[in-house]
Amino acid sequence: MESLLNQLPVGLSIGAVLLLIALGLTFTFGQMGVINMAHGEFIMAGSYTAYMLQDWAGGEAVIVALPVAFAVAGALGWVLERAAIRHFYGRPLDTLLLTWGVSLVLQQAARDLFGAPNVQVVAPSWLTGRIELLGGNLPYARLFIMALAAACVVGIWAYMDRSRQGRRMRAVMQNRELAAVSGVATGRVDQLTFFIGSGLAGVAGVALTLIGPVGPSIGTYYIVDAFLVVVAGGLGQLRGAVIAAVALGMLNSYAEFWTDASLAKVIVFAVIVGFLQFRPQGLFVLRSRALT
Amino acid sequence: MSARLRGYALFAGVAALALVVAPLVLPAFRLDELAKYLCFAIAALGIGLAWGQGGMLTLGQGVFFGLGGYAMAMYLKLHDADGDLPDFMVWSGVEKLPALWKPFESPVVAVVAVVAVPVAVATLLGVLVFRQRVRGAYFAILTQALAAAFGILIVGQQALTGGTNGLTNFYDFFGQDPEADSTQRTMYYVTAVVLGVLYLAARQLVKSRFGRLLVAVRDGEDRVRFLGYNPATVKTVTFAVSAGMAGIAGALFVPVVGIISPSLLDVVPSLELVVAVAVGGRYTLAGAILGAVAMNYAKTSFSEQWAGGWLYLEGALFIVVMTLAPKGAIGLYEQARDALARRRAPAAPAVPVGKEAAA
Repeated sequence: MESLLNQLPVGLSIGAVLLLIALGLTFTFGQMGVINMAHGEFIMAGSYTAYMLQDWAGGEAVIVALPVAFAVAGALGWVLERAAIRHFYGRPLDTLLLTWGVSLVLQQAARDLFGAPNVQVVAPSWLTGRIELLGGNLPYARLFIMALAAACVVGIWAYMDRSRQGRRMRAVMQNRELAAVSGVATGRVDQLTFFIGSGLAGVAGVALTLIGPVGPSIGTYYIVDAFLVVVAGGLGQLRGAVIAAVALGMLNSYAEFWTDASLAKVIVFAVIVGFLQFRPQGLFVLRSRALT
Repeated sequence: MSARLRGYALFAGVAALALVVAPLVLPAFRLDELAKYLCFAIAALGIGLAWGQGGMLTLGQGVFFGLGGYAMAMYLKLHDADGDLPDFMVWSGVEKLPALWKPFESPVVAVVAVVAVPVAVATLLGVLVFRQRVRGAYFAILTQALAAAFGILIVGQQALTGGTNGLTNFYDFFGQDPEADSTQRTMYYVTAVVLGVLYLAARQLVKSRFGRLLVAVRDGEDRVRFLGYNPATVKTVTFAVSAGMAGIAGALFVPVVGIISPSLLDVVPSLELVVAVAVGGRYTLAGAILGAVAMNYAKTSFSEQWAGGWLYLEGALFIVVMTLAPKGAIGLYEQARDALARRRAPAAPAVPVGKEAAA
């Protein structure tokens, strides 16, 4: 029983990481219908930003890197949107393959720039301790990631629900044509959406440096699970992403606990396919009269 | 010469090139490599069917490739061990043959499983997913997740599957030494013939009423449903057929290359197959085959020169193809042909629409 409780914080922290990554995807995939396989490489860009800042900011690199990584990854995403993706709207499956090409190039570029071996980012000294919780102990770093994820969720919610720009974003998501004829500059909204979505990947990348070493393929470990979060949560649904991320994190940690790491993935996959039997479009669905 | 005759002539020409010229011209080593490309081409053919014709972007063909490959490799391992445990199991400290391996002592079971297991898995997934109208990007993501999970599963179950190393070191392939030149040559012929037969069969399927329904589902699933057909059935059947092809490809890959391992079947190789199909031309079956052979040839020859460069080239090629030529090499060829035809007969009416998707 005690070890059962032990798994709870583990699951929560896996969920927080998934959520941080999936938040960005909720923007790009959920709202724009773009399956951005390069999202994982934007994560990597965020991680390496923290690594690069170490020389300058020392132990506080992780904190300094949060806004910088947001800007770096966001800029990468913005360039990608302007240069390629905007020609692909309405062809979501093609964006998947296009962005995979981009992700290959970025990974190899990272290998050439930073070298293939993993590098380490030193966590701030005040994040190195652990806290006793529910009979287990939880590193402060994990707590920090949970807090970061929560902060991001609140920020995004405020932006989407309370700001004018967020309202435009939702309008474009719900009905692009109608938004356009109502005077919303959809092209500009797309740019901003993609910038924010990619920037969030950068933030997630910084958070990942607290968990483990950084390598050129760091993003590929998480990207598939993060996409599953979006699928299970429902396209473009913030609530859905939060619930699905935590649920998947829990499921992952308990499945690993009861079986082993390799079977856990299969169990998670089976549960999701099973879940889609009841909710084929995810937890929350945007109601519309469209036929898809 | 009518278009139909021209098609037959082209097929005969390529067949002659593959079956007569290539074995005469190429050294044994290169011929074996070509056989490997043809294995990938068989899997690509399945993707061409599911994705190009049916619109189902499947990013998990590596799973079916792997299932076929492991089915074959498990039989070969048991046959080599001759009643004992396979070598890697001994190293992992396994004492009794696992139940999963038992049936594969029989070559018949193994050969049947090569097709049956992938088809069964694909049918199960297809029924569950397509019936709920999960499609498009969702389907692509699910298949990718399947590939990721399968890869991790194989790596994790070391004692059962050989882990990261996969299954390798086969000494006896149906009475032949798999490393011998003569066996390799035979395997090349077998692979080429299988590819040819499957191509003709797939072509027949596309030309049939079923094929028309499939293309209709791709272009307007809801309309097909309103007409009284069940798109889920059409898609499931096609997905299962493409999985079966990938299984056959994997099974042939094992004797041709001499290994099956997780790195051949998880996310990246599955995506690479799709990439190859897109580069060759997804809307024609021939494009899928062409793409698989060309991309794998390019990969081998380029990686021999500059290993890291291949990833740049592959990524860049892919960006360019998706942006400028979404119909791939075959699409470019058709464009050029049509442009030429228009120039020759400036007064002729516009090119008939919808012809290019047919073959």
